Amino acid sequence: MSELKLPSIDYAAVAPILIMLGAALVGVLVEAFVPRRSRHLAQLTLALLAVLAALTMVVLNADDRLITAGTAIAVDGPTLFLQGAILVLAAMALLLIGERALERGGAFVAQAAVTAESADDRRQAEGASGATEVYPLTTFAIGGMLIFVAANDLLTMFIALEVFSLPLYLLCALARRRRLLSQEAALKYFMLGAYASAFFLFGVALIYGFTAGVPGRSSGVDFATINAAVTESPASRVLLFAGMALLAIGLLFKAAAAPFHVWTPDVYQGAPTPVTGFMAACTKVAAFGALLRVFHVAFASANWDFTPVLGVVAVLTMLVGAVLAVTQTDIKRLLAYSSIANAGYLLVGVLAPSKDGLSGTMFYLVAYGFSVLAAFAVVTLVRDGDGEATHLSRWAGLGRRSPFYAALFTFILLAFAGIPLTSGFTSKFAVFGPALAEGRAWLVVAGVLTSMVLAFPYLRVVVMMWLSEPGESTPTVAVPGALTSAALMIGVVATLVLGIAPAPLLDLATGAAEFVR
Amino acid sequence: MSNFPFLSVLTVAPLVGALVVALLPRHRPELAKQVAFVWSLLVLVLSVLMWITFKVGGDRFQFRESYPWIPNWGVHFTFAADGIALVMLMLIAVLVPLVILASWHDAESSKRSVPVYFALLLVLECTMIGVFAAADVFLFYVFFEVMLVPMYFLIGSYGGHQRQYAAVKFFLYSLVGGLFMLAAVIGLWVVGGKTFDWQALSQVDISTGTERWLFLGFFLAFAIKAPFFPFHTWLPDAGGAAPAGAAALLVGVLDKVGTFGILRYCLPLFPDAAKWFAPWALALGLIGIIYAALLAVGQNDLKRLVSYTSIAHFGFIGVGIFAFTTQAGTGAVLYMVNHGLATGLLFLVVGMLIARRGSALITDFGGAGKLLPVLAGVLFFAGLASLALPGTAPFVSEFLVLIGSFTVNKPVAVIATVGIILAAAYVLWMVQRTTQGTLNPALTEVDGMRRDLNLREKVVVAPLIALIVLLGFYPKPVTDVINPAVQATMDDIGRTDPAPSVGTVQEAAK
Repeated sequence: MSELKLPSIDYAAVAPILIMLGAALVGVLVEAFVPRRSRHLAQLTLALLAVLAALTMVVLNADDRLITAGTAIAVDGPTLFLQGAILVLAAMALLLIGERALERGGAFVAQAAVTAESADDRRQAEGASGATEVYPLTTFAIGGMLIFVAANDLLTMFIALEVFSLPLYLLCALARRRRLLSQEAALKYFMLGAYASAFFLFGVALIYGFTAGVPGRSSGVDFATINAAVTESPASRVLLFAGMALLAIGLLFKAAAAPFHVWTPDVYQGAPTPVTGFMAACTKVAAFGALLRVFHVAFASANWDFTPVLGVVAVLTMLVGAVLAVTQTDIKRLLAYSSIANAGYLLVGVLAPSKDGLSGTMFYLVAYGFSVLAAFAVVTLVRDGDGEATHLSRWAGLGRRSPFYAALFTFILLAFAGIPLTSGFTSKFAVFGPALAEGRAWLVVAGVLTSMVLAFPYLRVVVMMWLSEPGESTPTVAVPGALTSAALMIGVVATLVLGIAPAPLLDLATGAAEFVR
Repeated sequence: MSNFPFLSVLTVAPLVGALVVALLPRHRPELAKQVAFVWSLLVLVLSVLMWITFKVGGDRFQFRESYPWIPNWGVHFTFAADGIALVMLMLIAVLVPLVILASWHDAESSKRSVPVYFALLLVLECTMIGVFAAADVFLFYVFFEVMLVPMYFLIGSYGGHQRQYAAVKFFLYSLVGGLFMLAAVIGLWVVGGKTFDWQALSQVDISTGTERWLFLGFFLAFAIKAPFFPFHTWLPDAGGAAPAGAAALLVGVLDKVGTFGILRYCLPLFPDAAKWFAPWALALGLIGIIYAALLAVGQNDLKRLVSYTSIAHFGFIGVGIFAFTTQAGTGAVLYMVNHGLATGLLFLVVGMLIARRGSALITDFGGAGKLLPVLAGVLFFAGLASLALPGTAPFVSEFLVLIGSFTVNKPVAVIATVGIILAAAYVLWMVQRTTQGTLNPALTEVDGMRRDLNLREKVVVAPLIALIVLLGFYPKPVTDVINPAVQATMDDIGRTDPAPSVGTVQEAAK
């Protein structure tokens, strides 16, 4: 290596990432200099404007198909589609996070580290104004996700993983109510997330070793090099398999696939509900975006080696998610297990190595993101004096008390259950069809069988809401502020539209379903 | 007139009506009922026009319309009706107004919104029409699944005893079947070259193994829907808990989707698999006939009893379909219509009886005919129609099924005949214990038991009685429509009727 050359960077192509990270930095400054009263409004506006600006850049870049910043960033169809998806879903999540009408000071506390149940803690829960740090944190996380889906080498991917994970660990600890659960969730997520990152990094090291010795190429962890190494490397295949397995553990952890899912229910339950929605929608898009790129670009030639293993993981994920969802009594935990099962369905799409499989998976991610955010938006509304009433028994008879919101939630649940005319059905079709076309019939059968199991918990909630008599303890639905209403309606309308007229988004996904290599 | 898009308009019209009714204020229940009734009459008028326009002896599929829906997957809004679909559409159009009229006061006892009840009935009509009118497998599947939602709420929100349990059981059973079908639908789409068009798919050659799996996926969904033994356990619960009007539609029309699906999808799309599985399907049908009839004899709940009789009748329909002769097939389709009329009538009358007594238990009745002579008479007639007495419409169809299957498979026909005897047992015994014999003194203390049929109820039962008698003596208008369609279906699976005495051309060629 004689001299270091600075790689040229296509700034327009990476603009969405720069905008989000820049906005996050400005957000930190706002936190320091803007007076407390106007901080919330300023931060929310800043974050939303940044998302909007980044989205505009994504749209303007729509025809980009390039690799920039050396080989670190790939801006291609899947990148742009998934970045757009993350940004749109993040905007909805920001609306939920910014809601202040439901609870004095919002759903977040200012100081996460105060001992739970102490006097300080109670004062904080009673209505001290909430933290506005959530906005820069969220913005950082979004920025990290945008890098994550664009990363074209494993080191960039690792850094992006950390950039979006660390803010999420913090956000989980900020719930205003049930502080102990929230702190536990954050710690658990952080510990397990740290392990997953370590696995990922170890995997990167092994893969780096594996790429050594390919004639005419220096070793590296960018995807083109890895792809060449898979077919040509003289090194032991054990390195490849071990490396792939360790990388997969890191990524499947974020995607909440079994057996790396155990954090999901606790974290989903403990985290503030808007953050849970953000994780369920955006983290999922980011994690699967990375999975798609790693397994379709870097390891594409090792298809025969990883498919059986990942297939077993997919079946296990669907099974665990569906079966355990049946026994849940808390709506947030139920949605957590449902999101695990959905990770399984998405893996079915990942394992269909075709253009249709790729576009179907991306379609699924968007459709699921909208529905799950709408679901969590309703969860934030069902509340009593102690905050959200998440125990299922409390939802009994909700359909009588608040028919409108119960109807919306029923619609979302029917979508999760895959009833036609909802996006849940079209998205299942979008992943199962290509999987079957690629000869993965066993995965599709597993998907269908678990869908049957999974229908039961959803139906139980519908029964609770509509067919049970309202009890003494049935909470009312708080009248949502404009922000939550907007997020909820966007989610519901998207679920309906993508169920009835999925063609435009499918076209978009199909047009984008080609990686640059 | 023949270019009028009958099928799409028929599908959409009830949905529009449902929206109108649902938006009516909750405190104007009478207005909602009237609007719903008039709307369903409009649908009936349109259906009659369609029936008149249908060219008997013309193309197999008529009124074909096709609009693109999801081009990426080759999904179209394709509607088309053959004779089988046409008679089922007619049945729906006739039954829904009568059910609305019969359910006039059903929703009031439930404390729930009355307009919503009638809106749900109209939504149900939309999905039922859609499922029979669809000629695109994807579209069919969509209606097949969506149909569950209004029915689920009709049972769950407006039903009687154990309605929650029954509604969930109904939904889950149907959904399980539907998801098996979804897997098969996707499989069919993949092997069929990514199209959902029925006519294109029926030309596709499928390897034997795949064909059998796909057949099973579809058949399972339809066997649960119909329901055939041993997938039937949801029906007595759902039928017992549903309000009488909804139950009449559930058994009269909804379940026919299962048998219709077998005729439209299982046989023409997977002919070899259908032949391979036929002995099993026949066995299920026979077990259903005997087993359900025996259970019906032992029932003490009127609505559950009627539900069990239906399962027995579906056994007959199944036998008729899988005998693979034109007579038996025509009989099966005719049975679908006649069963809708007869059992629909029986359910509605039983519902009137239950509404008066406030109980569905047979032991709570006894000698009710002395208080309610007209109602008891109608019940007796509905019972006789249900046991297929000669002169009533079901006799014609049952007879066709039996002779049609006798020509090819004598043991099956003989065993099925036992079902007729059992039918007499459960119907007559039920009639005897409720309306005949000594008067149960408790009945005289119930106010409702002194009111015989009022004008509204007479208007409900009269058309059904007339149709049952008419089709009992002169089924030709219906069989003329059904026959070519059944013939075409039998051609699809390559079966010809055994010749009675002289050899046919095909046989000579062999």
